[in-house]
Amino acid sequence: MSDNQEKLSENDFKDPYEFGFETDIESDFAPKGLNEDVIRFISNKKNEPSWLLDWRLDAYKRWLTMTEPDWSSVRYPSIDYQDSYYYSAPKDSEKLESLDDVDPKLLETYNKLGIPLKEQEWLAGVAVDAVFDSVSVGTTFKERLKEDGVIFCSFSEAVKDYPELIKKYLGSVVPTTDNYFSTLNSAVFSDGSFVYIPPGVRCPMELSTYFRINAAGTGQFERTLVIADKDSYVSYLEGCTAPMRDEHQLHAAVVELVALEGAEIKYSTVQNWYPGDENGKGGVYNFVTKRGDCRGDNSKISWTQVETGSAITWKYPSCILRGNNSSGEFYSIAVSNNYQQVDSGTKMIHLGNNTSSRIISKGISTGNSSNTYRGLVSVHPKSKNSRNFTQCDSLLLTDSCSANTIPYIESKNYESIIEHEATSSKISEEQLFYCQQRGLDEEEAVSLIVNGFCKDVLQKLPMEFAVEAQKLLSVSLEGSVG
Amino acid sequence: MNNFLKIQNLSVKVENKKIINDLNLDIKKGEVHAIMGPNGSGKSTLSNVLAGKSGYTIIEGSVDFCGEDLISLEPNERANKGIFLAFQYPVEIPGVTNINFIKTALDSNRKFRGLDPIKPGDFLKLVKEKSEILGIPEDRLKRQLNVGFSGGEKKRNEALQLMILNPLLAILDETDSGLDVDAFKIVADTINSTRSNDNSLLVITHYQRLLERIKPDIVHIFIDGSIVESGGPELAAEIENNGFERFANA
Repeated sequence: MSDNQEKLSENDFKDPYEFGFETDIESDFAPKGLNEDVIRFISNKKNEPSWLLDWRLDAYKRWLTMTEPDWSSVRYPSIDYQDSYYYSAPKDSEKLESLDDVDPKLLETYNKLGIPLKEQEWLAGVAVDAVFDSVSVGTTFKERLKEDGVIFCSFSEAVKDYPELIKKYLGSVVPTTDNYFSTLNSAVFSDGSFVYIPPGVRCPMELSTYFRINAAGTGQFERTLVIADKDSYVSYLEGCTAPMRDEHQLHAAVVELVALEGAEIKYSTVQNWYPGDENGKGGVYNFVTKRGDCRGDNSKISWTQVETGSAITWKYPSCILRGNNSSGEFYSIAVSNNYQQVDSGTKMIHLGNNTSSRIISKGISTGNSSNTYRGLVSVHPKSKNSRNFTQCDSLLLTDSCSANTIPYIESKNYESIIEHEATSSKISEEQLFYCQQRGLDEEEAVSLIVNGFCKDVLQKLPMEFAVEAQKLLSVSLEGSVG
Repeated sequence: MNNFLKIQNLSVKVENKKIINDLNLDIKKGEVHAIMGPNGSGKSTLSNVLAGKSGYTIIEGSVDFCGEDLISLEPNERANKGIFLAFQYPVEIPGVTNINFIKTALDSNRKFRGLDPIKPGDFLKLVKEKSEILGIPEDRLKRQLNVGFSGGEKKRNEALQLMILNPLLAILDETDSGLDVDAFKIVADTINSTRSNDNSLLVITHYQRLLERIKPDIVHIFIDGSIVESGGPELAAEIENNGFERFANA
């Protein structure tokens, strides 16, 4: 009836991963492999104080005694940790005084990614820190933020300029002993972003970090620390991309959030690391530990994530609801296509009284991918009147993909109320036909239906990124039906 | 150029069951045709085949629309070339607002014709004007497409899309079912008002009451997948009085 087979489709010409370019730039590498000397090398490169080197070495020793976790649903050949570079920096990065000194090629890369670093070009009022391979290459709007006492800088700078804050908070949410990948990160992390919002300050703009892996055979281990002091507010967004490569690249980041009394942190992620090709070759292994501590009463932490990239996604952004009346939220969209594997979810640990948490997870799987929601809601015996609401919806686009929902619920206090709802559905022929009958082609129809499915989560993203996320969803699903 | 929609010797099967049987139908520009037939006679199959729904196998015959082989076109191409199907059971699309859906549809259509997306202000004006005629309250435009709409609300919404997309050929598949008396009048009169020398209508219905308001030029009696008799509006009146018995036994 139709001659689709012969027709060249638009997809035959389209680069399926828009950010797959590589920047030809000279880099400084640490010697390949992992040992105490490499850790000393990294620490030395950054002129770190000795306490931090010791902290790294402790983590490394601990890591040597740990084994890689195998409880999740993701499967991959074993990683040779000696076959990777743990530090790569664009050459001359140490000398940077201002953005004008940044290698023009780097700036061009960020322009391609749609992140103009130059402040005069930046209209949206978003302060950006850009991390290229392992080092931060420039933070915009630093001066404006300083007026309000907001600190937004690279992690390395923070170690130099605000050692007392780093010492106090680093590892206070994700201890060096936490898990295999976070412990590895603690040993070898090279840079990342640091944010401190002083008491009573509402951060005047969205803060944003763009991460980019460029150099081949390099792992990226960034460390992000966000501290919202009493009654402050901050909204933070991170975006990630990587070039297309045949080999796998390891990404093991740690993000720690601390919300003191009455503070609120909104943390959004648009993750688009290279997912590998349509046969599952290449792609980033994304093993990330993200955790927020609602340390003070009446504090709030909200995670929003749009996960479309990576060959493997293993991450569970969590909230420790320590303060009374504190609340945690997790809003997630996870898309898996081709041979991508996603095992993601959240942990809500209710410790304080009257704590509440809300989880909305939307999983979309297509191709031969697998997509698992794994979450824990735990209510401590002393946490009175706590509540949780969880909703997990899965949408399947093909017959060969899979979706799983694995909720763990532990309630040790009979006064708590926990609700869990889960649905799983296939995109219906009737919906597709209805849209097509109104003039949308099949991919536009899928995109529209998927965007509708994700609406509750998309609404939670900062305005300017919601549009970007919608586009990303469409791109990730291209060629996924028919 | 007189050829508008021409169906010749069309036979269609679904899962090895022949549903449409050597059908011939010729609709000219500006004409209104009605197809009447008992349940299970293949009326909805015909509208789905014309709109390009998958799952139907064309055994033989051809469908020509404005000089093109309609069967070879994708459903969205048919839509953009001017075929509109008002669904008997419009589907729900959660999370997609009604107004956003209609704009997306209109913009797809405009893109096909080489036009830019309609300006939000112009679109709003257009939608407001048309929904007012159909008695659709503004808040319904902001609701998710067809989600929680009553049967009548869904049908009104189909009529709204019909008016906004302004197709060359509109196929109304049992648009009258599920409507209460008042809604029925409004929808029927509105559709009737879209008639022009450039637009044609194919009205599929059980009952004559719709045809009293949308006066067809030609009425076809559809039994077992083909047209057994064609005539003027008087044929519809006969069905109303005597049913399909005479034709079924023919």
